[in-house]
Amino acid sequence: MKMKHMLSASAMSVVMAAPAMAQTEIEFWHAFTGRLGELVAEQVTTFNASQSDYLVTATHKGNYSETLNAGIAAFRAGEQPDILMVFEVGTATMMSAAGAIKPVYEVMAEAGADFNSDAYIGSVKGYYTSNDGEMLSLPFNSSTPVLWVNRDALTEAGIDPNVDMSTWEQVGEVLDQLKAAGSSCPMTTAWQSWIHLENFSAYHDTPFATKANGFEGVDTKLALNSPAQVAHVSAMGQWAQDGKFIYAGRRNEGGANFRAGECALFTESSAGYAGIKAEAQFDFEVRPLPYWKALSDEPQNTIIGGASLWVMEGQTDEEYKGVAAFLNFLSSPEIQAKWHQDTGYLPITTAAAELTKEQGFYEANPGTDVAVMQMTAKAPTSNSKGLRLGSFDQIRGIIDEELEAVWSGDKDAQSALDSAAARGDELLRRFEQANR
Amino acid sequence: MEKRVTFKGLWLPLLLVLPQIVITAVFFFYPAGQAIWQSLFIPDPFGLSMQYVGLGNFEYLLGNSYYRASFVTTAVFSILVTVVSMGIALYLAVLADRLIKGSGVYRTLLIWPYAVAPAVAGVLWLFMFNTRVGVVTWYLGVLGYDWNHVLNGEEAMGLVVVASAWGRISYNFLFFLAGLQSIPKSVIEAAAIDGARFWTRFRTIVFPLLSPTTFFLLVVNIVYAFFETFGVIHTITSGGPQQSTTILVYKVFSDGFVGQDLGSSAAQSVILLVIVGLLTIVQFKYIERRVHY
Repeated sequence: MKMKHMLSASAMSVVMAAPAMAQTEIEFWHAFTGRLGELVAEQVTTFNASQSDYLVTATHKGNYSETLNAGIAAFRAGEQPDILMVFEVGTATMMSAAGAIKPVYEVMAEAGADFNSDAYIGSVKGYYTSNDGEMLSLPFNSSTPVLWVNRDALTEAGIDPNVDMSTWEQVGEVLDQLKAAGSSCPMTTAWQSWIHLENFSAYHDTPFATKANGFEGVDTKLALNSPAQVAHVSAMGQWAQDGKFIYAGRRNEGGANFRAGECALFTESSAGYAGIKAEAQFDFEVRPLPYWKALSDEPQNTIIGGASLWVMEGQTDEEYKGVAAFLNFLSSPEIQAKWHQDTGYLPITTAAAELTKEQGFYEANPGTDVAVMQMTAKAPTSNSKGLRLGSFDQIRGIIDEELEAVWSGDKDAQSALDSAAARGDELLRRFEQANR
Repeated sequence: MEKRVTFKGLWLPLLLVLPQIVITAVFFFYPAGQAIWQSLFIPDPFGLSMQYVGLGNFEYLLGNSYYRASFVTTAVFSILVTVVSMGIALYLAVLADRLIKGSGVYRTLLIWPYAVAPAVAGVLWLFMFNTRVGVVTWYLGVLGYDWNHVLNGEEAMGLVVVASAWGRISYNFLFFLAGLQSIPKSVIEAAAIDGARFWTRFRTIVFPLLSPTTFFLLVVNIVYAFFETFGVIHTITSGGPQQSTTILVYKVFSDGFVGQDLGSSAAQSVILLVIVGLLTIVQFKYIERRVHY
């Protein structure tokens, strides 16, 4: 009996695996390896098994930059995939390539798919929607920065681990105490430009760039050298000089120090959850990203990082129907809730967030909802919708360089940020010229 | 009179050099021509539109103080890599040349690092000098030195130079050793009988006779430092801190593949092409004259 079941099951899977005549193939290029790669593969397998009209093939094309470059090169050769994963800083590049991409709302409308952009969480989809509210690409993996706390390190330094650290003023006091207690690394950070300038600006409702952070046109200029940002970078620079803020690198190098228990506080993406949970041998906690009380009474929302899925131009209508079906599948509450719980990335729809709550995930894993609340507490303003700047990957490199000059004490915050803005503007003008 | 083998007619010699010409055309003239053509435009990444800007890309680049500084960085980097890798290789080769027992083992061990790809070499050195968990950093800390190449430009430069030179020592060592072994023993022995000490013999006989090898290695190493060290820099510093290790080739990559600014990237390739051309002319015209074959 059992044998018979197994046989019929394997026969079924053979039938499903064999490409039937009518199946349309959908190509999907992504940038995930390891655990995330497995989870994407699982989503694709589930989709392929759920229907018989389309067959999605997912291919890993390297890291985010490599995947974008692969997509660009493929488009130039006329071999582009149906769906391309592009990281958030590549958004402006993709948006400007009107002849190379097909907006998601258009794909959905033409395929007659059931699609309501209001189902998506505002601050997540805001990054990827046009000014008239149309969704251009489908948010896939989105995270937002939070404050990770090593509670044991606080206790060791004689600090109450429940100490309020909602504001940077309060964090400053905690850093003083940690330093006085002999901590070798009171605080470190990952992704300094993303957290301490891009999100900082949104969180304090301050423009990062003119023209609504680039949403209203490519003739935008950086505004990251205004008094608010200078005050924050200046304070961080002072902490760096005093040995209270330890700079480990441009990406998430600091994560190793936090997970090893060396650093007490760590500003990092909410998606750091999986790694920290797996490695940390201490009692850790997620807190909302701090804000400066002196700059605003209460924080605005933070913005996201991560990637979205872009549909490429030049495919058949049949393929676009398949793409619409696949994107709808990815947005379904069950798939999204699972993705959110497995990875620590934000759910992209309200339904997925509610489903996760119903399933009791937040109660079982305290702190996992901090990022969601931080993103959704307030409706985004033009300063906190996101960023849409050309050459932004490279501009981040410039910002990294200038911030490093502040941490090392070579420059003061004002001149470093002035220089970052001037150098970044040069690249924005190049981008404007290329996309006239 | 010089003896020369000559081929009669035109077609046979042409046919014989044809493969080389085809390879050069496909892998050099075509891409170089493309680069020159593209350097006159600002294209969008997807190739949907192009704007003719004449020499605008060059003006933009040469007006940029960070790009100009990158020339100095490249010069410092290339000279250091060349001097360090050739100096150490020569020293080791002279020692190996004097060895009688076990020279085979010694040589084999010295050649190994050459098999390590630049990017892997970069990661290897990065682990040792990682500012928080590196072994060497830890020992330096014990000695009271706070190593931090993430923020200190000079230390970053030192690290990429060492990492780039390291794998190259093996290659240079092989050539130097072969060069040393081809110097007739009789010449050296004659000098020794005349009372010349080791250092005098090295300076007046060995080094001049080694000059063809040294010259060859000089050319090859400078080209290496210019073009092939990309992997090391990408893995260790990504050109930082504050562009202190951004050599010209790294900037071509970062403008082209990080910034998707293909016009600027193409213009930089053309500038590099000119520099390497000039360097080669200088080397063959002025330095080679002083080489004794």
